Amino acid sequence: MSGPMALPPLLASNPRLSLWVAFDRPGEVRVATGRVEIGQGVLTAMRQIAAEELEVALDRIRLQSGDTDLTPNEGYTAGSQSIQFGGVALRQACAEVRDLFLDHAAASFGYERGDLAVMDGAILERGRPTGHDYWSLAGAVDLARPARGDRGPKARSDGKIVGRSAPRIDLAGKVFGEPVFVHDMALDGLRHARIVRQPRRGATIRSLDEAGLRRAAKGPIDIARRGNFLAIVGDDESVVEAAAAVAANYVEWDGVEPLNPLQEEARWLLQQPSLDRVVGDPPPTAPVPPRNRYEATYTRMHVAHASVAPSCGVAVYRDGRLDVWTHSQGVFPLREALARMLALDPTAIRVRHVQGPGCYGHNGADDAAADAAALAVQMPGVPVRVRWRREEEFGFEPMSPAMVVTTSALIDEAGRPADWTTEIWSGRHSNRPGSGGNLLAAEALPDPPPAPPVTESSNPPGAGTRNGEPLYAFAAKRIVHHLIPETPVRTSSLRGLGATLNVFAIEGAMDELAERAGQDPVAYRLALLADPRARAVIERVAAMSGWEPGLPAGTGRGRGIGFARYKNMAAYAAVVVEVEAEAEIRVQRVWCACDAGLVINPDGAVNQLEGGIIQATSWALKRGFGSTAPALPRAIGMAIRSCASARCPKSPWN
Amino acid sequence: METVNFSVNGREVTVDADGDTPLLDILRNRLGLRGAKFGCGLEQCGCCMVLVDGRPEKSCGKALATVRGRQVLTIEGLGTVDHPHPLQQAFLDEQAGQCGYCLPGILISAKALLDRNPDPTRRQIAEALDENICRCGSHHRILRAVALAARRMRDQGQAA
Repeated sequence: MSGPMALPPLLASNPRLSLWVAFDRPGEVRVATGRVEIGQGVLTAMRQIAAEELEVALDRIRLQSGDTDLTPNEGYTAGSQSIQFGGVALRQACAEVRDLFLDHAAASFGYERGDLAVMDGAILERGRPTGHDYWSLAGAVDLARPARGDRGPKARSDGKIVGRSAPRIDLAGKVFGEPVFVHDMALDGLRHARIVRQPRRGATIRSLDEAGLRRAAKGPIDIARRGNFLAIVGDDESVVEAAAAVAANYVEWDGVEPLNPLQEEARWLLQQPSLDRVVGDPPPTAPVPPRNRYEATYTRMHVAHASVAPSCGVAVYRDGRLDVWTHSQGVFPLREALARMLALDPTAIRVRHVQGPGCYGHNGADDAAADAAALAVQMPGVPVRVRWRREEEFGFEPMSPAMVVTTSALIDEAGRPADWTTEIWSGRHSNRPGSGGNLLAAEALPDPPPAPPVTESSNPPGAGTRNGEPLYAFAAKRIVHHLIPETPVRTSSLRGLGATLNVFAIEGAMDELAERAGQDPVAYRLALLADPRARAVIERVAAMSGWEPGLPAGTGRGRGIGFARYKNMAAYAAVVVEVEAEAEIRVQRVWCACDAGLVINPDGAVNQLEGGIIQATSWALKRGFGSTAPALPRAIGMAIRSCASARCPKSPWN
Repeated sequence: METVNFSVNGREVTVDADGDTPLLDILRNRLGLRGAKFGCGLEQCGCCMVLVDGRPEKSCGKALATVRGRQVLTIEGLGTVDHPHPLQQAFLDEQAGQCGYCLPGILISAKALLDRNPDPTRRQIAEALDENICRCGSHHRILRAVALAARRMRDQGQAA
């Protein structure tokens, strides 16, 4: 037996084993995870991890997820870290629980500890039943004790469940139309609400024509106002929705700074005050001769999360306790933020995750929950459901910030960069409410909180600078980062954060440099990569696609390759795309090779890769629209139609 | 306020409501059928798709009064866990979905397609689903699932 090892960080911060695993019903294991299902299949993977370590059948496991009363606090389900951190913590907790039962059986019944094993929850001695199992011994084995780190998980080669595809546990409810989403919750006495949002942050109500708004409504409504937080509440959702649609005609606002369309353009960032830093090697001192110089600039507008449905939250305040149901990615940080907003003790608040439409990052989910909570405390005993309007989601959710990325390099005699700079201008990519602010309701209520401090993750993983440093072997490389702390468009996290444009810019440069050097883009990259896992995904995708550099000129078709290791510290992926450029650009085929390390559920990983490729294709190909654009409903339609199925690329999985 | 009679999933219902109330609201809030979803409210995303007399219709923009005397089918009427429709079984077999919010509407659109064309090509399936948005990018699996269901139904000589 080896000595104690360092506990996985999330087990160290949530050490009580009974928080993770309990045998409170015969034949069933309650397993808790702080991670939440946002369409990525994480609950299925967690169940596999727990079943593997506890040696029980998958269907014995009842998962509890994202509940501030019942699950570990794992912060946010974000950053592609659920398995890496949450899964590893759960695995260790389950391994310790299994061993505690075996230790107990050996000590109590005189078995040799080494002769004992678990099979589907039953304890075997040399393969024979002992008559004991987890449930019969549950009363004698106290799991309300801290994890110790003195035992480890099973050897990977012993795995029977992890690494094999398992069907999604959440899919059946969805294909049978069960009310699995927070939008579908129907509590007794539920009232529906819509928020009449401040048109711009900081705007104040000058006048409100309550009587006019009531007359315009098609049925009874209540108007709830605190400070500049204004809502329409009623029993009939159709009446409330229709009233909200015309409410803007009955409110006048002060402090509505109109948004200048230029402020939504990426290049606007170049003229703004910024917090500047250099990450990496010091800048070169000698000037670069023009013939040895490469430079290119890429820009990107703001990108909406464009969830297929707007956000929703449900809350009820009863006997001094607040219950909130939300599709937020972080129930614990949201609870802290709600406690501050409402001046409640966090222990008086229970926040539970219920699934929502795919969010892909920090969309309006937290705000909708805060809206519901802010209303619930105004009407004790009444469950309140706030479903954002479609316009609200596009107009007020935090967008992924616009960015400008310039890559520049000094090219040596072999045609390779000897010195490299990625210069990045960007608003804030990480702006979640846990750090103390950025809830729209909190800003609209009286005495709004001070703006939270501007923070920026260092590299790696980085936020706006994520993947800004190429993995390629350049003698000197650096990121020059200009963080624009204040932008008129509200921004926060979307899948990949800055990596999306940073990788696009770096890989675009690699293609141009390969062409300039007269080399094949695959060979050019491989010559600059020593990491065998990086090389392997590129070689693999080249083989899968039957790589040939380009296609004959004039065919209107071409192929390109891209490579990255996410955050320069997680999964490796290489992608080949075949593109047709005629009146419009169409992605015809995509090949992808990915090395994500130990994969819990291979089909789940493939599903995520397919989805990521299609979503990123929609970001790249579809036009943006500004919130200043005319004909907003039409623009909304275009935006949410950004990934129509008939225009989907073909793929080898198909 | 008016009284509207129609049928939902083979059951006759009577609803007293404004005739211009969206059918989606009636299904979800009055009849407790929350399988059809609100996505955009603009007839742009297909999350609220139902069949009205066999034709796919977006219920968010469909006034209650327009379904008077007609037959509405929602996802709840397609199949059950114990008796899944071949489409539902195929979506499970192909693991066709991520967040799943779009799936009820997509299954309804697919049902309408297979009712009129039991042997669709991939392109025909894609075109039939063009009114449905999936933002997670489960398209390939969904296309495969619809084709699988069609094949199984043809093999079994089953009507959709």
